[in-house]
Amino acid sequence: MKLKIVVLAKQVPDTRNVGKEAMTPEGTVNRAALPAIFNPDDLNALEQALRLKEANPGSTVGVLTMGPPRAGEIIRQGLYRGADTGWLLTDRLFAGADTLATSYALATAIRKIGDVDVVIGGRQAIDGDTAQVGPQVAQKLGLNQVTYAEEILGITDGKATIRRHIDGGVETVEAPLPLLVTVNGSAAPCRPQHAKLVMKYKHASCPLERPADDPRAELYAQKPYLTLTQWSVADIDGDTAQCGLAGSPTKVKSVVNIAFQAKESKTLSASDADVEGLVKELLAEKIIG
Amino acid sequence: MDNVFVYCETEGAIVAEVSQELLTKGRKLADELGVELHAIAAGTGLKGQVEPQILPYGVDKLFVFDDPVLFPYTSAPHTDILVGLFREEKPQICLMGATVIGRDLGPRVSSSLTSGLTADCTQLEIGSYTDARTGREYKNLLYQIRPAFGGNIVATIVNPEHRPQMATVRSGVMQKAVYAGSARGEVVYPEVGKYVSPEACVVKVLDHHVEAAKHNLKGASIVVAGGYGMGSKEGFDSLFELARVLHAEVGASRAAVDAGWCEPDRQIGQTGVTVHPKVYIACGISGQIQHIAGMQDSKIIISINSDPDAPINQIADYVITGTVEEVVPKLIKYYKKNSK
Repeated sequence: MKLKIVVLAKQVPDTRNVGKEAMTPEGTVNRAALPAIFNPDDLNALEQALRLKEANPGSTVGVLTMGPPRAGEIIRQGLYRGADTGWLLTDRLFAGADTLATSYALATAIRKIGDVDVVIGGRQAIDGDTAQVGPQVAQKLGLNQVTYAEEILGITDGKATIRRHIDGGVETVEAPLPLLVTVNGSAAPCRPQHAKLVMKYKHASCPLERPADDPRAELYAQKPYLTLTQWSVADIDGDTAQCGLAGSPTKVKSVVNIAFQAKESKTLSASDADVEGLVKELLAEKIIG
Repeated sequence: MDNVFVYCETEGAIVAEVSQELLTKGRKLADELGVELHAIAAGTGLKGQVEPQILPYGVDKLFVFDDPVLFPYTSAPHTDILVGLFREEKPQICLMGATVIGRDLGPRVSSSLTSGLTADCTQLEIGSYTDARTGREYKNLLYQIRPAFGGNIVATIVNPEHRPQMATVRSGVMQKAVYAGSARGEVVYPEVGKYVSPEACVVKVLDHHVEAAKHNLKGASIVVAGGYGMGSKEGFDSLFELARVLHAEVGASRAAVDAGWCEPDRQIGQTGVTVHPKVYIACGISGQIQHIAGMQDSKIIISINSDPDAPINQIADYVITGTVEEVVPKLIKYYKKNSK
């Protein structure tokens, strides 16, 4: 059967490698100093979507993301790997969203896209690690839900069979469409970019990403597929009270930078005498042994 | 109204330890707020089995939902139960384990009730909050405290307006203790069909396989943990020898797990296991706050790191500046020599 598949993908700061240069003198994190990347688990989700498309001829894969205009890069990255289309939700009114307000925006956009059979996202994003947005979207749209998926084994007769991880084990579940799936980072890695697709889409962009007098204006007039869809709150008929900071029930009361309660520590070298001395001390005080 | 609720997760008729840990925490919060602690269990064959596993932790009222459609867990029926019950009971706080089930269920419930949910909290406290914009003061809110942004900051989150205030907590972060005070201990068995519609039961679990944990990292008295500084899978494997000699369990930082040197169930930290051992030996671990959140209560911390400025050294009792390749074999050698 032909499937309409939407992949939820997020552009995230690469929090895995926060070096000293990313900290301000006041000790806060300077987000701008971190590279913006395709959220790792979302790439695993994209791979599952592309496999479904291959197994079900006539299917389409679209990448849905929310962020500032530069997050158009996420859609391009999807197109380079075989996605057919994408949508960028971008509007100052979306800013400051917690997971609930984010899920409202994404769910509203998916309703606008219409007739979606499968929504696939990564299990969680590395900048928040909450794993909440997928299930929150599913609940708002009344979709069936399978989280922590390792592999979508197939879809027949409108039902997906999925292998997933649970605490201390594995499960195989059968879930009717429409369905939302979140995919683990341990699932199959995403295929690399395809050179032909990179050539085709390298100038694809959202209108807001373009400079005022764009030298490529003529190119965009000739090739409409190079203009990516960008939607504001109004474009998806969103309720501003449910978007962004206004629509977020959770508030950040305070943020403290990490200051360890430094202990007085004994510093030793790797010499035989030092290591043996430590072992003897720990044994004598019955801390080990 | 306004009580503290804990969702008790079950595998078969066994209540998860993390749920008991949360009952103990929930009891403390309820006492501080002057309200009752209520618990929910939903599954199959629970009646007569789960009550003695839940009530001793100071539960005033336990709701047991017992029906064949409720095990193995699927999202929609459990969501319907919590959403329906919370509409009637209007709790102020709901806690659940940051497990696969809790992280599948919590967001659906919060989405349905438009309530805030904070994942993977490392501390929960009661306090007040003033909204900087409106100047309005809120008393007795739940402070949901968690590392954020890759563990570089610790954020305190509040939900001023929406109820219940929902939070998930990882296994081992809180400590369970049988309640010494007296709680009402009422048990009710609501009719499941009143809460769960047949349409909610369309996802079928074809195969459900759970193995007992291969290790007891959470309860180990000595933990040997490796990080990215172990350099390779082979390097990491040397820790198993040290652990065998010391009768310890092996843990890992997220970086070592991400590198594929160690199974994910041995990950220590905010998004992994929290440990409270007598001795924690950190080998080639730099000490991101997410990792530290999972081991900082260790009694004695020994850090082996070639970088004398590794952040973990700040909380270590003993710092050995050297490579793990050099130090780990020496620890094995001198332990064997001196322990007899």
